[in-house]
Amino acid sequence: MSEPLLKVENLSKRFGGIVAADELQLAIARGELHAVIGPNGAGKTTLLAQLSGQLRPDSGRIYFDGRDITTLPMHRRSALGVARSFQITSLFLDLSVLDNVALAVQARSGHSFRFWRNARTDPDLRKPACAALERVGLATRRNDLASALSHGEHRQLELAMALACNPRMLLLDEPMAGLGPEESARMVEMLRALKAELTILLVEHDMEAVFALADRITVMVYGRVIASGRPADIRANKDVRDAYLGEQEAAHG
Amino acid sequence: MTPAFNVRVAAVVLLLAALPLVPVYARLANDPFLLTLFTRIVIMALAAVSLNLILGYGGMMSFGHAAYLGIGGYAVGMLAHEGIYSGLVQWPVALAASALFALVIGALSLRTRGVYFIMITLAFAQMAYYVVAGIARYGGDDGLTIYKRSQFFAPLDLSNKIQFYYLCLALLYGGTYFVWRLVNSRFGMVVQGTRSNEVRMRAIGFPTYRYKLVCFVIAGTLCGLAGALLANHNDFISPATMYWTRSGDLIVMVVLGGMASPLGPWFGALVLLVLEEALSSITEYWQIILGPLLLLIVLFARGGIDGMLRTIGGRRA
Repeated sequence: MSEPLLKVENLSKRFGGIVAADELQLAIARGELHAVIGPNGAGKTTLLAQLSGQLRPDSGRIYFDGRDITTLPMHRRSALGVARSFQITSLFLDLSVLDNVALAVQARSGHSFRFWRNARTDPDLRKPACAALERVGLATRRNDLASALSHGEHRQLELAMALACNPRMLLLDEPMAGLGPEESARMVEMLRALKAELTILLVEHDMEAVFALADRITVMVYGRVIASGRPADIRANKDVRDAYLGEQEAAHG
Repeated sequence: MTPAFNVRVAAVVLLLAALPLVPVYARLANDPFLLTLFTRIVIMALAAVSLNLILGYGGMMSFGHAAYLGIGGYAVGMLAHEGIYSGLVQWPVALAASALFALVIGALSLRTRGVYFIMITLAFAQMAYYVVAGIARYGGDDGLTIYKRSQFFAPLDLSNKIQFYYLCLALLYGGTYFVWRLVNSRFGMVVQGTRSNEVRMRAIGFPTYRYKLVCFVIAGTLCGLAGALLANHNDFISPATMYWTRSGDLIVMVVLGGMASPLGPWFGALVLLVLEEALSSITEYWQIILGPLLLLIVLFARGGIDGMLRTIGGRRA
């Protein structure tokens, strides 16, 4: 078995008295779609923030492709191929849809201290951006302002931007949040298609989507991993049922 | 979309065509003051264009931009005072001094955000104000008279008011084109993306601080050029040029004209300075009229004058 693409060792992060990560261990194999689930406040978003470089862990190590990236800033991790999409949509609302994606392409095409040539007509930026929009089904809206899109379309745009970075690993923070059933189904299809090409870490509350997509699932509670395994194992795990799934089923029932 | 009559395009074309005709009109109407006023408008428009680069496109609310007017101006004035009149020395020094000042201020202030950024840029500009006010050799508080304008090669004579006007106008056209190219380049897209959402820019891999700093230095340098022009125009430079209210004037021009609009600062400088001139000839208390007027424009025309023209143009088209 080859070495995992992403490995987390003994990761800890506290905010005052709140423990967001407590000696966390995680290994994600190449090509895997790995879902992280857990009740609210379990530290899932904090985990993503630490993986993407937005937050520095208090202790522990993060390895990407065998390389220690614990102290690398965000832009360096992104250059290595780690792309993150945000739970709260974080777009360039006053720029066009195509500009949004083109900026993501530009981020991966060397430095941007190029002062003269018009970037809005540069095929090196626009072509891959259009291709990414095509993949998520937003090609027809490329000239609209990002602020004019619906919530579901914002999610699609988020995904297009992550894809345009040409990443090796996608960190997705609740891509289904706030989507209607139809939009959700479309997102699941899109992720299923992406799975073939990328390693994906998916944080998601939509259990139906998680169990439909994930190769492996890690369950977090209060900053700790309480279980990690195949979807069938997780479904059968008693601790998980007690801590999380049961609670949800009860809430839904 | 039909290219029907568009008020905004018409206004821009009119402005671009009318500005070169000002000296002709001033001569025909025998009104030399008009040329002086418009030279000043053109110079301040160039300064406002440079501020628009960081304020409008970059979202960096610098409250110390007039400092560069002073630094560019003092570079010309001090060198002239020491007997160095060549513009080929004075102007590069003016640009370099402004760039260096912007580099230092930017390196420190761009680490902060929001109100802190505003206060730090303001503080540095005030510091520059008090420093030059304290140098007795160059006139201190009273300022410095420049007895000879910057000297260039043969046919170009800055003492000739018409020639000087056309030089300022050429630099305004050139400076505006330069900024327009800049904001649409890859560099400009980074600057605009950072204004829109800096956290996201960093997340997708841009070290935003460097880009903002370079943008800040370019804007400061361009404003230093306007400062060199202003000192030549007034034949005088004093600390008052970099007082904080002058930075405020520049912000008003940019906001009034329309932020992040290529020609917005032109409209802003034109309207503000013409209004100032017209109102102050009516009453001593012209600011009481100008204040509410500006307030109304900012409240009811978001996007400033350029935004207003766009709205009218949009309705017609």
